[in-house]
Amino acid sequence: MDLGVLPLVNLLMALGVCAIVVAGIGLQPVQVLTMLVKGAFGSAAGLSYTLYYATTFVFTGLAVAVAFHGGLFNIGGEGQALMGGLGCSLVALGWGAHLPAALLLPLMVAAAMAAGALWAAVPGALQAWRGSHVVITTIMFNFIAAALLAYLLVNVLKAPGSMTIETGPFPEAAQMPGMHQALAWLGIAWPRTPLNLSVLLAAAAAALVTLFLWRSRAGYELRAVGFSPDAAFYAGIRPRGQVLLGMVISGALAGLVGINELAGVQHRLLLDYVVGAGFTGIAVSLIGRNHPVGIVLASLLFGALYQGGAELAFEIPGFSRDMVTTLQGLIVLFSGALAQVAAPGLARLHGFLAPKATGATHG
Amino acid sequence: MRGISKRFGAVLANNAVNLAVASGTVHGIVGENGAGKSTLMAILYGFCQADGGSIEIDGNPTLITGSAEAIALGIGMVHQHFMLVEPLSALDNIMLGAEPSWRLDKARAQVRGKLQALMADTGLQVRLDLPVEELPVGERQRLEILKALYRGARILILDEPTAVLTPQETEQLFVTLRRLRDDGVTLLLITHKLKEIMALCDAVTVMRAGAVVFDGPIADCSLDQLAEAMVGRRVNLGRDAHGRQAQPGARLLVAQDLSWRDAMGVQRLDKVSLTLRAGEIVGIAGVSGNGQSELLEMLSGLAAPQSGTLSLGDMKFEPAQWMTPDQARQLGAAHVPEDRHRRGLVLPFAAWETAVLGFERAPRFASAWGWMRRLVMRRATAKMMDAYDVRPRNVDLRASKFSGGNQQKLVLAREALAPEIAPTVLLVGQPTRGVDIGAIEFIHGRLRAMRDAGGAVLVVSSELDEILALSDRVLVMDRGRIAGELLIDDCTEAALGRLMAGAGVGVGVGTDAGVQDEPAKKQK
Repeated sequence: MDLGVLPLVNLLMALGVCAIVVAGIGLQPVQVLTMLVKGAFGSAAGLSYTLYYATTFVFTGLAVAVAFHGGLFNIGGEGQALMGGLGCSLVALGWGAHLPAALLLPLMVAAAMAAGALWAAVPGALQAWRGSHVVITTIMFNFIAAALLAYLLVNVLKAPGSMTIETGPFPEAAQMPGMHQALAWLGIAWPRTPLNLSVLLAAAAAALVTLFLWRSRAGYELRAVGFSPDAAFYAGIRPRGQVLLGMVISGALAGLVGINELAGVQHRLLLDYVVGAGFTGIAVSLIGRNHPVGIVLASLLFGALYQGGAELAFEIPGFSRDMVTTLQGLIVLFSGALAQVAAPGLARLHGFLAPKATGATHG
Repeated sequence: MRGISKRFGAVLANNAVNLAVASGTVHGIVGENGAGKSTLMAILYGFCQADGGSIEIDGNPTLITGSAEAIALGIGMVHQHFMLVEPLSALDNIMLGAEPSWRLDKARAQVRGKLQALMADTGLQVRLDLPVEELPVGERQRLEILKALYRGARILILDEPTAVLTPQETEQLFVTLRRLRDDGVTLLLITHKLKEIMALCDAVTVMRAGAVVFDGPIADCSLDQLAEAMVGRRVNLGRDAHGRQAQPGARLLVAQDLSWRDAMGVQRLDKVSLTLRAGEIVGIAGVSGNGQSELLEMLSGLAAPQSGTLSLGDMKFEPAQWMTPDQARQLGAAHVPEDRHRRGLVLPFAAWETAVLGFERAPRFASAWGWMRRLVMRRATAKMMDAYDVRPRNVDLRASKFSGGNQQKLVLAREALAPEIAPTVLLVGQPTRGVDIGAIEFIHGRLRAMRDAGGAVLVVSSELDEILALSDRVLVMDRGRIAGELLIDDCTEAALGRLMAGAGVGVGVGTDAGVQDEPAKKQK
């Protein structure tokens, strides 16, 4: 009950407050909402955009969740995603001309994960061995990553003769096939959108994280440390190693954002392509209750808000992007900060509806 | 209080409870954990509202919606965990929230005068100018009582007042409480120690599963009757009548001169030496906070001392290369930690996950590629639950949802059954803290069985009754040192109490004490 009903009630409460706000600026709440849903899911193109946004959120959301299960609050997804992009771009630009796509793309994925992991490993190690709080260090590493990327782009990687601060385009083999291309191989016509095969990578990542956390010994030990470091130490688990492991996996997942955004869409390395997705990942993980299934659903919700919101801003005069941000803020407020507000009422309702289906657990 | 009912979610914590307390008497309320006694008192003190029922005080129906109203009605409460601001002086603590003037110097002078009169009247002596953190536990408790009386309490609720006291301090407290009763104060004593009820109370109410199962004057009942009413069946918590004599065999664990200073420079352990032999239960008695916890951490490998050595099996450890918890397990030493919520269990884990904690790498649970063999783990957990009667038998239930007794049985079951080779040394901290009587009996039985099977068991407990019921040999700890060692036949509560209170008597004094006092074990 707790897992299914409560988030739904929270979402409904958020939408209710949104409706009041929308009515307050003189628009029809029902019309706005239908248009938002239509914009996000109503057409093949809209759906593709929603899935493309969701892909990035799945990566950053999973990153936050894995760290969270290890008792760590990784808010460095932004910087780890930037470094992941740098990692895959270096491989693409360095070896792109010499390797076939079948070899190059896996290499780029590995490089993105390794770079993200490395960027998270430093704060992780500082936390484990020096007690520097990971919340502080990961924030600082976001700034360092942005500065490092800007320096490298301006001074080293910028395409010669270009005025914009970006590298030259990736070679053909280093481009993640778009969904329209992939479906065209199967003979299905699909509009050209940013959606690319990274979405399958995101689905695989969600499945693997589930297996890791609940089926593998390493995941078991990570969760033990996250829930109770004292109990874990008593059990002979070394909490330091687990802190490092949790951060490395978290960083690797965040690094995959680079694959979706750069290898999949931009086909070049540029500045600031993460645009806050690392932070959105925190909200996604929070709403998804740190469970991969919840994170996939929350990512779809946020993807739909991005895409449907863009549609709304385009269609309805007077409805700005800021309204969409307001909507997101309300959802985060109700699902995160106020997540348990409705719980006592629901529990009473539950007790009222099913008073006999109970039994004391004392023995 | 009439027909008090209170429901928390699915649990009916109080079911139409009636409680009548005569003015100027000591009324005991006993029951196992979760029987509803704390809920009843919380309703009386205004912490929560009853779903049904009424409260009358001096014949007047009242509605208590908060603790401020309870205080105004003359109800005072002394909590098990003291509600004191430690850096403030005793005087300031009493004044806190009831300052008679905004000028503190004036307020202090006024309060001090009143308190001195009150202390002279009641015999509750407290040093008013010392910060609370420098007061011994017994004095802090007197301070709490004084605080309640200062605020005009005529009805005093005492929640487990003796949990942290030595036997001598307990006796002193009882003298004070009797005097208060004679002065006309009504006392409600919540406890699970039946002996205290027999010694102090005029009447008693026994609760079980949210309802009153016995109510009457103390003269009409015996200790055994009360215990039976509380648990619902006959129990035996004393020494096992048919128990075998201990037959100590080989030395399994030898600790030599363990010393440890904490970060503040306080000597927590001071040259502690002890030997555990096969086939004996060694009890460590002492008021909590005298180094028992630290000793247990050293012996189980959770922490290393600064000096001293430890021999376990055929390994010998020095502080620089101290044993790890993992090594301890491999050498056959199992450890049931004092704080099962913080250490023994991972509360949000399912029962089966917590039942393999520490053994997840054991060959029978591990498979290739680092996956968990969940089916094997769940089957092993089900077996543990059967063997140790953990209820409910649900391997998927979260560890936090089990009652204290069942959690403890699960931890004990894991430490005994999860290793592939049964452990030879068992270190147990507070085996029955927060555990109901039925489970206590069961756990004691298991510890004895382990001893009889040739294991060495070390029991650290702040409950003297438990030490006396289980041990073959008793060590008393006081301020980080072993204050004395007694064979069980020489043990009396008085002798142990003197050692616990730091009387500084040496080994063997128990025989002298035994002449004066009837040996405690024969009382049971």
